[in-house]
Amino acid sequence: MNRINNLIKVALKSIAKNRMRSLLTSLGIIIGVSAVIVMVAVGQGSQAKIEEQVASLGTNLIVIFPGISKSGGVSQGAGSFNRFTLKDAEKIAEQATLVKDVSPIVRSGGQVIGGGTNWNTTINGVSPQYFDLREWGLEYGEIFTERDVQVCKKVAILGKTIADELFPGQDPTGETIRIRNTPFIVIGVLKEKGKNAMGSDQDDIIFAPSTTVLYRLKGRQFIDMINAGAVSTDKMDAAQAEIRSILREAHKLDEGDDDDFTITNQTEITDMASETSRTMTLLLGAVAGVSLIVGGIGIMNIMLVSVTERTREIGIRLSIGARANDILVQFLSEAVVLSLFGGIIGILLALLISGILNNFTELRTVIKPFIVILAFAFSGSVGIFFGFYPARKAANLNPIDALRYE
Amino acid sequence: MENVENVIVTKNLTKVYQMGVVRVHALKEINLTVQRGEFVAIMGASGSGKSTLMNMLGCLDQPTSGDYFLDGKNVNSLDKNEYAEIRNQKIGFVFQGFNLLARTTALENVELPLMYDRYNRIKEPHKAAKSALERVGLTDRMNHLPNQLSGGQQQRVAIARALVTQPSILMADEPTGNLDSLNSIEIFSLFQTLNQEGITIVMVTHERDFADYATRIVEMRDGHIRRDWIIQNRRNAQADLVQYKANGSATEEIYEQN
Repeated sequence: MNRINNLIKVALKSIAKNRMRSLLTSLGIIIGVSAVIVMVAVGQGSQAKIEEQVASLGTNLIVIFPGISKSGGVSQGAGSFNRFTLKDAEKIAEQATLVKDVSPIVRSGGQVIGGGTNWNTTINGVSPQYFDLREWGLEYGEIFTERDVQVCKKVAILGKTIADELFPGQDPTGETIRIRNTPFIVIGVLKEKGKNAMGSDQDDIIFAPSTTVLYRLKGRQFIDMINAGAVSTDKMDAAQAEIRSILREAHKLDEGDDDDFTITNQTEITDMASETSRTMTLLLGAVAGVSLIVGGIGIMNIMLVSVTERTREIGIRLSIGARANDILVQFLSEAVVLSLFGGIIGILLALLISGILNNFTELRTVIKPFIVILAFAFSGSVGIFFGFYPARKAANLNPIDALRYE
Repeated sequence: MENVENVIVTKNLTKVYQMGVVRVHALKEINLTVQRGEFVAIMGASGSGKSTLMNMLGCLDQPTSGDYFLDGKNVNSLDKNEYAEIRNQKIGFVFQGFNLLARTTALENVELPLMYDRYNRIKEPHKAAKSALERVGLTDRMNHLPNQLSGGQQQRVAIARALVTQPSILMADEPTGNLDSLNSIEIFSLFQTLNQEGITIVMVTHERDFADYATRIVEMRDGHIRRDWIIQNRRNAQADLVQYKANGSATEEIYEQN
């Protein structure tokens, strides 16, 4: 054991005596390790960001779109487009046992005038449950009531962006705004929700009772979609099945007819988004992994040069009784120490870079301990793997040939 | 069983080099015996095989055929690791070019062979290395690097390194080939002192004058031992040194006076 310690000491001394060479050797590993960690951190950061954004839609959210009705797989064409009415939403709310909140969504848009300025935005007609569904709290005021929905009351709840544009720096509740020339009274302002997964501003929106938007702004009877919230995450599938059978009955579909609507849920959207970013993480990691291997080859190159350069030294050591194994251990520990050193510096560099990315750019990075340990272990293996060949080459030299080498 | 008083016994030791299609017989059936306490000088022109023989005896190279008994043990049957062990424990080898590790102090250079001793025969490596350096007269140069030492001093570090493992035999391949006359005589003076203390020495030299410091000369030519004789009028390096220093004159004059 003492002998091994001494051999490692020899390796360390040789590294210390050739600082520049050692640094250059480690550089490949430093870059490789930090690239792997930073790339994976960026990937995982964006994954976390996407998951967060999807979660901001509201948990356990089920989205139901109307679709083209088909009969026995044959599309019935454009005229057969089956739209939802407020009745569909009401039926789900009344009959479904696994659904907690239901809201129809009526989309409209247009010019909004208020506070002496104007803004073009989206106006969504919803039910009071919508805000529970989206887990969206109020900054000012209050939400409209079921009664307001029944009487088509002209009240509006503003998204943060709208409130800031029309009434900067003040509480706009009680103010009157005109949406497409129809006056609405502002009764509340929502908290900021930020951008969604697609990057559009979720706060650039006005909410009003569904009936108000439907009858007073659009003057029609069809709603655009229905949002529903399952009672719990593990009841999602059951809730979807329930909604499906309620809607099939409401639309009087026979057995064998295809659904004339589409049901998707939160988990599906989340899965898709995180699948995409997982693929990206893998891709980035693979590219960075290649650079780590290139770094390893760099170590092998320098070690091979070092073996050639130090052939005489090896000869001297062999001539005074070093065994092939002693030389092997010496050169191998040099390679391993260099790559582990590179690994540590690489990790520190990665922490620094990801700190900079987090603080000064839009990118978000998440460094998981697992990837740090993996990168470190990998850099050690790179040292052993790429150090072994030069070390063995050195160890198998014939003492007299090594001594004669000029 | 070989007589243990014979440190070296070779039987028909032969070395053939394959140079492309040509086979070069560097050593042809050498039979040589060196007894404990001898100081043997191997002489010969370049190409006579003296260095090849030295490398065989020093276990730095392996013979093509024949037997080599070192301390009564046939070393030809040994594997690579056992060879390394023989080099480490039984033989102290001194080279013409010193072969010290650069950027490594004299003391660390001398300690080096002890690092490779798996049996830790020498209990206190540091102390042993110091006393070996004292023995060659370099007490005040222990922490100097090789490039801070003169040629003669470097060679004495190399000798200390060879002695530190307490080998059965000290081998030197043209130990003064890179040194001037004064330093050469000093080295031979050291060799004679060590020899008197009981160390067996085999050295290669191509200068007849230096060979006369030994007790026996083996002259080689074309891979054979041509002559092998005991020196009658052995030169005393210490006396030469005193005279050299007193006169401040060239060595040739000393040799003429003798």
